[in-house]
Amino acid sequence: MHHLPALQVVVPIAGALLCALVRRPGPAWVVATVVSWTVPVIAVLLLNQALSEGVVSYHLGGWDPSIGIEYRVDVVSGLILVLVSTIAAAIAPFARQSVAAEIDSDRVAWFYTMYLLALAGMLGIAITGDAFNAFVFLEISSLSSYALIAFGRDRRALVAAYQYLVLGTIGASFYVIGVGLLYTMTGTLNLGLMAERIATVESTRPVLAALAFITVGISLKLALFPLHVWLPNAYAYAPSAATVFLAATSTKVAIYLFARYLFSVFGAGFVFADLPITPILATFSVAAIFAAATVAVFQSNAKRMFAYSSVAQIGYITLGIALATETGVTGGLVHVLAHALTKAALFMSLGAVVFSAGSVRIEDLGGIGRTMPFTMSALALAGLGLIGVPGTIGFVSKWYLVVAAFEIGWWWLAFLIVGSSLITMVYVGRLVEVAWFRAPSAVALRAKQAPIGMLVPIWLLTGAIIFFGLDADLTVDIAGRAAAVLLGGLM
Amino acid sequence: MSGATLVLAALVLPAATAAIIPLFATRPDARETVTLVGTVLLFAAVAALTWRVIGGARPGVHLLEVLPGLSIAFAVEPLGALFAFVASSLWIVNSLFSVGYMRANREPRQTTFYVCFAGAITATMGIALAANLFTLFLFYEMLTLVTYPLVTHHRDEAARNAGRLYLLMLLGGSTLLLLPAIAWTGIVAGTLDFRPGGILGGALGPLALGVLLALFVFGIAKAAVMPMHYWLPAAMVAPTPVSALLHAVAVVKAGVFFITKVIIYVFGVDTLRETGAADWLIYVACATIILASLVALRQDHLKRRLAYSTISQLGYVVLGAALATSWGIVGSGMHIAMHAVGKITLFFCAGAIYTAAHKSYVSELSGLGRAMPFTFAFFLVGALTVIGLPPFGGAWSKWYLALGALQADRVVVVAVLMVSALLNAAYLLPIPFKAFFGSSGDAQPGDGPGEAPLSCLIATGATAVACVVLFFVPNAVLDLLRQIALQ
Repeated sequence: MHHLPALQVVVPIAGALLCALVRRPGPAWVVATVVSWTVPVIAVLLLNQALSEGVVSYHLGGWDPSIGIEYRVDVVSGLILVLVSTIAAAIAPFARQSVAAEIDSDRVAWFYTMYLLALAGMLGIAITGDAFNAFVFLEISSLSSYALIAFGRDRRALVAAYQYLVLGTIGASFYVIGVGLLYTMTGTLNLGLMAERIATVESTRPVLAALAFITVGISLKLALFPLHVWLPNAYAYAPSAATVFLAATSTKVAIYLFARYLFSVFGAGFVFADLPITPILATFSVAAIFAAATVAVFQSNAKRMFAYSSVAQIGYITLGIALATETGVTGGLVHVLAHALTKAALFMSLGAVVFSAGSVRIEDLGGIGRTMPFTMSALALAGLGLIGVPGTIGFVSKWYLVVAAFEIGWWWLAFLIVGSSLITMVYVGRLVEVAWFRAPSAVALRAKQAPIGMLVPIWLLTGAIIFFGLDADLTVDIAGRAAAVLLGGLM
Repeated sequence: MSGATLVLAALVLPAATAAIIPLFATRPDARETVTLVGTVLLFAAVAALTWRVIGGARPGVHLLEVLPGLSIAFAVEPLGALFAFVASSLWIVNSLFSVGYMRANREPRQTTFYVCFAGAITATMGIALAANLFTLFLFYEMLTLVTYPLVTHHRDEAARNAGRLYLLMLLGGSTLLLLPAIAWTGIVAGTLDFRPGGILGGALGPLALGVLLALFVFGIAKAAVMPMHYWLPAAMVAPTPVSALLHAVAVVKAGVFFITKVIIYVFGVDTLRETGAADWLIYVACATIILASLVALRQDHLKRRLAYSTISQLGYVVLGAALATSWGIVGSGMHIAMHAVGKITLFFCAGAIYTAAHKSYVSELSGLGRAMPFTFAFFLVGALTVIGLPPFGGAWSKWYLALGALQADRVVVVAVLMVSALLNAAYLLPIPFKAFFGSSGDAQPGDGPGEAPLSCLIATGATAVACVVLFFVPNAVLDLLRQIALQ
């Protein structure tokens, strides 16, 4: 039990190695599934421990945090660990047929290797309490993500992966420059110690520069508008299973790191009280919400449409962070969960459509609601979650954001938040209309019912969207405590 | 059974009906039996519930707390009991009508139709029995979504466009205006529960109260207060049973019920009267009443004419609540019931005419009364109820509305009520008169259509009789509503 924090990362890395060694599709999938179902167990145990004890600190190799690497699980990182690993667990059963259909059999094992590496990287970012170690995990997850995207059948996947590689590398470099500056000023790479020493640093200019580099660097990774250009193509042309995984988890992990630096390391007082971060970040967030959602309305490819929707949805999360109040950050964190579940369900449904019908061009999807009723009704329900209809988890997060806006007297922001739901309604409605109102297209007629192995995870996710919309106690309680931890600094 | 069990039964019975219907998709007779059994059981539960409320009980049940301060809970009060009673009793006759209509017109996707219908009733019960704004909002949104497949039943171009407008206006209004209004209320009042006397007393100034009320009134687009009414005439592309029960009773009444409930239990009648924050709504309601009637005069499509008439009549309910007087509230609640019975009769007739003669325009109906004497006789009864003449139920609600207006010293409102009654007569009465006395053109007697299927005729007759009965026994409704006025 003592080594759980290390196992959280070691298990997926070992799984990745094993996948690379077995080289055969079937066993590779088994390894990936076993790993994907093990990590959430570890994550839940860790979160539980964090909830009861406050912080789980693990010194890698027994070295003291001032010189070694510390793994640190508090409520915030525990929440992200549970989220990422649970999504991974849901993807495993879905991936078997989807990956087999979309990727040549001699490369399937490599796909799972990269998938597990990406998983390890993301879990590592969330669990580590060390700035440079976070950079290493960021690179592990990014490099494997580039590979995952490049596995896509469509040749445009290569361009998308390359584009992501260039921008991702810039982001990572900015991040490491910022970390370097912080290291010279504080003499430590441990986030906790950094936070303590930053307050006593005399010259704040290098700290400001570090803040700028780190903020912009991570903003690239989390696809904050207008640094999102890599995302739509990457999500649209990646293999379905990879899209589900990346859309549901990778930006969320980057958001975690973002919040960790802004609140815990630099300190909410320094960032939000002394600097005009709130209006700047809120402006970009609102721009993301409206601009990206509007672009989504005009997409002809359903995957690309939901990719732009992701950029918009990330805007809600960063908006909650920007408000820097307990209600706002809680709303942002609940939206991390909401968006992860919703997008996983949506992209998984589209993955099932790719599997059964072979296309996600909206034009080809006419009448598909009649030939694939179970898949498409799950998609419609998840779409309601995306809009934020009451009774879904999307409503809970938006409610918190609206209340947070009212609380600080920004009533116009409350109206912008609810108003943006209308654009979401338009693009979700457009897909629903095509799927049920058009006469079945040739593609739709060819499509058969999605296999049960896909339908089960899709409906489990959809069920979760509704369950957490009706019984939000658990999620809001954890998110609220996480928000309190963030706003209270790294204790 | 305890009151809480009855409340749960009122929600579970229609939901269970919706769940069971698909099992009999291939056996239409069994499927329709399921629907009818469901309607009767629901009515029994709601009747028992209403009886307790008349006796002074206020049964309730707390289901779960979604968030601190946001819980799904139900509490029955007189207005909600009345609305639930009206909706559940009319669901029985409407289902009877549906069976005849849907079969005679060979409508496609009948299983989906009955499932969504039962779903819509579930949502309506949730709205009627909700104990707080959040629960009401939840079921309000559910009602929009579950009726969307019914509005777009024919899946053609016209249905698609109507469906777009339907979702855009109803969901748009509720997310853009209603949701902020609820959030604002929650923050200011610290609770979202409906309480006698309201929860906003003293918390906001007159101007802020007025703005908040406007957010509610226009956000609740189901109430079709002008200019939020465009979706209703468009929704007439749905099969007639949908227009009859949902777009004359359940959906639109859910809207005005919501507004009335907000005025009584959130703002508080006394608060509104003292601050004058609802004064503007009186004028908007009066404008809606008159303008919608004028538009109705010019409609040739029968169902569209009835839809504009509905918009105008919904204005009465809003008006009664906006007057913020005890008689106004009584008139308002009573009009929910009286107009429901009258208007559903008219829609049944429109459906019967379409089924038997395949005519949907007023100008085509000349002389048809000789072929369909019962249908047009029932139409006349429904029309007279909507106009508000004795001996028909509608007379009472208009009487109390007028009393309410005098109580508030607003003689102008009484004048509006009178003018509107004349306008109602002008667009409704010519229809049966021309049908009976007009020439039927070159058609020979005998080769015209007969009456609609028997189940349609029985349903229409039942609601027509109810129009008359309600005139002679308004006491049950009155006793129920007086309890609110006396609180």
